[in-house]
Amino acid sequence: MIAGRHILSMADLDAAAIEQILASAQGFLQISRRTIKKVPSLRGRTVITAFFEASTRTRLSFELAAKRLSADTTNISASGSSVSKGESLHDTVQTLDAMRPDAVVIRHPHSGAAGFVAARVSARVLNAGDGQHEHPSQALLDLLTMRQRFGRLEGLKVAIIGDILHSRVARSNLIGLSTMGAEVRVAGPRTLLPPALGASYRCQVADSVAAAIDGAQVVMVLRLQRERMATGFLPSLREYAIEYGVNARLLGRAHPEAILMHPGPVNRGVELSPDVVDGGRSVILDQVENGVAVRMALLYLTLGGEPA
Amino acid sequence: MKLIIQNGRVLDPGAGIDRIADLLVVDGRVAELAAAGSLAPQDAEVLEARGRWVLPGLCDLHVHLREPGEEYKEDLASGARAAAAGGFCTVVAMANTKPPIDNGELVARALERSASLGLCRVLPVGTVTAGREGKALAPFGELRRAGAVALSDDGAPVADAQLLRRAFEYARDFDLPILSHAEDPRLSLAGQMHEGAVSTRLGLTGIPSVSEEVAVARDIALAEYTGGRLHVQHLSTARAVELIRAAKARGVRVTAEVTPHHFTLTAEAVAEYDTAAKVMPPLRDESDRRALIAALADGTADAIATDHAPHSSIEKDVPFAEAAPGLIGLQTALPLALDLWRQGHLPLETVITRLTSGPAAVLGRQASLAVGSVADLVLVDPEAGWSLNDETNQSKSRNTPFWGRGLTGRVEATILAGRLVYARSRSPIWLGAG
Repeated sequence: MIAGRHILSMADLDAAAIEQILASAQGFLQISRRTIKKVPSLRGRTVITAFFEASTRTRLSFELAAKRLSADTTNISASGSSVSKGESLHDTVQTLDAMRPDAVVIRHPHSGAAGFVAARVSARVLNAGDGQHEHPSQALLDLLTMRQRFGRLEGLKVAIIGDILHSRVARSNLIGLSTMGAEVRVAGPRTLLPPALGASYRCQVADSVAAAIDGAQVVMVLRLQRERMATGFLPSLREYAIEYGVNARLLGRAHPEAILMHPGPVNRGVELSPDVVDGGRSVILDQVENGVAVRMALLYLTLGGEPA
Repeated sequence: MKLIIQNGRVLDPGAGIDRIADLLVVDGRVAELAAAGSLAPQDAEVLEARGRWVLPGLCDLHVHLREPGEEYKEDLASGARAAAAGGFCTVVAMANTKPPIDNGELVARALERSASLGLCRVLPVGTVTAGREGKALAPFGELRRAGAVALSDDGAPVADAQLLRRAFEYARDFDLPILSHAEDPRLSLAGQMHEGAVSTRLGLTGIPSVSEEVAVARDIALAEYTGGRLHVQHLSTARAVELIRAAKARGVRVTAEVTPHHFTLTAEAVAEYDTAAKVMPPLRDESDRRALIAALADGTADAIATDHAPHSSIEKDVPFAEAAPGLIGLQTALPLALDLWRQGHLPLETVITRLTSGPAAVLGRQASLAVGSVADLVLVDPEAGWSLNDETNQSKSRNTPFWGRGLTGRVEATILAGRLVYARSRSPIWLGAG
């Protein structure tokens, strides 16, 4: 279904394709729990991770995913490559492509960069985060985590809290959740809500964090970038923590079985109080584990494998 | 030297002319308008124009010809060829070259170069501030004496209101209008496209409509206070149109222009991160587009101007955020403007006026077919379909969202001061100064 395709945006995936990826990922979860964490599915295939922006977990997650499928992996980053010598993205990716990789996993600070690369290479391109645009593998691992807990996505009440404006995680989740029929409410400071949010995605903009969380089954909290203070979006981290941070009291308004999600890395004491990060509702580490499985599924399926 | 243009539909709303006629040009001026087929062709060159329109040569208040400094994108020769092929006899060349046109010598050089090419009348603009740096006034007197027709820091609007106030006052001494790229640089900071549903979806930093409206309001207030002449470039929002309309009604000395891309496209043109549609000010909403057409209809906007801004693949074949803003427009302006008439938005007379006498009047000039006028003419086949492609394009650059798109209305010939400078079907096409 997604064999031979690029994974650039959640908008390219219909419900059936998402189901296929999640089912495949659920199967791959077992491999990472074995003593011998390796299957030969992608033996002889080459995966390049091209990260033009800092990343620890996503890069590691994709790399482990590829290695556990026996693909050969190599990576390049902006510093220490020809990019720092002024080579254009066009030339860089054409050079990479000439080395015949089967897949290129790309992270780039510019929105639309993954599509830009996909239009210029013959390898499959997997978007590992392009600017403020999308981060589809993150949304898929989030969907998998939700489905594991609730057994379904349709009708699920999801609250997304925080800096929506700059968040590619929020965008990919808004699209994916809408495709799967979840009900999404968003909340955050007005300065960090993009214009025409309701017109761009199927979601409701709540008046307050509390209103968004009320009765929600999933509370997804986004990371607050510290640079938002310097650029005048917010007065201080302290005020953000008080006015928009999610703590045990707010989480008490959610559904009794609600889960707390965060794409990481967490600013403890800013968007989340320490007690809820470590509390019983947190599934943050499940998200990390599911991340490897989802990326295994994406690599496996796009490079032509049958559903596991 | 005589030239007869035979059997064309001579159309000049400014002079109240609309009839099938023979037009006689003698020594570079319109000498006679006679009944079709009545002028004897002895000792005159004859141009058959049956089924064609004969219009005054078009005038473009806003082009970037990139010379000196960025000749790989465009130069005075290629820019003039694109102008002639687009039916333009007069183009106003912006000062944001490298170095910027901020002294008389650079103005004089541009005038000499384009005069020797002889394809198009290039009217240079001088900068408002020295080096286009927004810190100190450029020498308006020297610029004017060398031949500059207006002042503009286009692309880098003068942020300091005090300095702009002085510029309006000082420019009055030389009767030069200030062409304003009205944008608040802080409100547009890091902006890539119009702020709205599409920017939200694409994750691109938006440029809100208020960025233009704040600047238009400021510029109008300063022009009104000082009595200076303000021309607002590339209007893009409905509210900016309202501000100009109200200012004109109060008698403020303000004029304005609208580009073909702003009256044709919306932010949706960017939806696939198409860098050809990246432009400042950005393509906006459908309601803005409608308001711009209404502004052209009622004269709030005096002129259609292209903001012809050539860029190469170096600036455009890059991720959207890195791409330079701007698109070429000299050859597509007329067919896109005629679409407004074809779709019933504007009367034909209005479309022609906004491309000829409207922009000319902003500079206190004329574009007319009345007897005695300079014979700048363009012959148009209103029904011919064509597209801009590697064969038809005369610019050095090809950055436009209209590339390859079907267009209706084609320039057949352009005559500059009585001389044929462009004839589509002739070979060689370019007659130049010869």
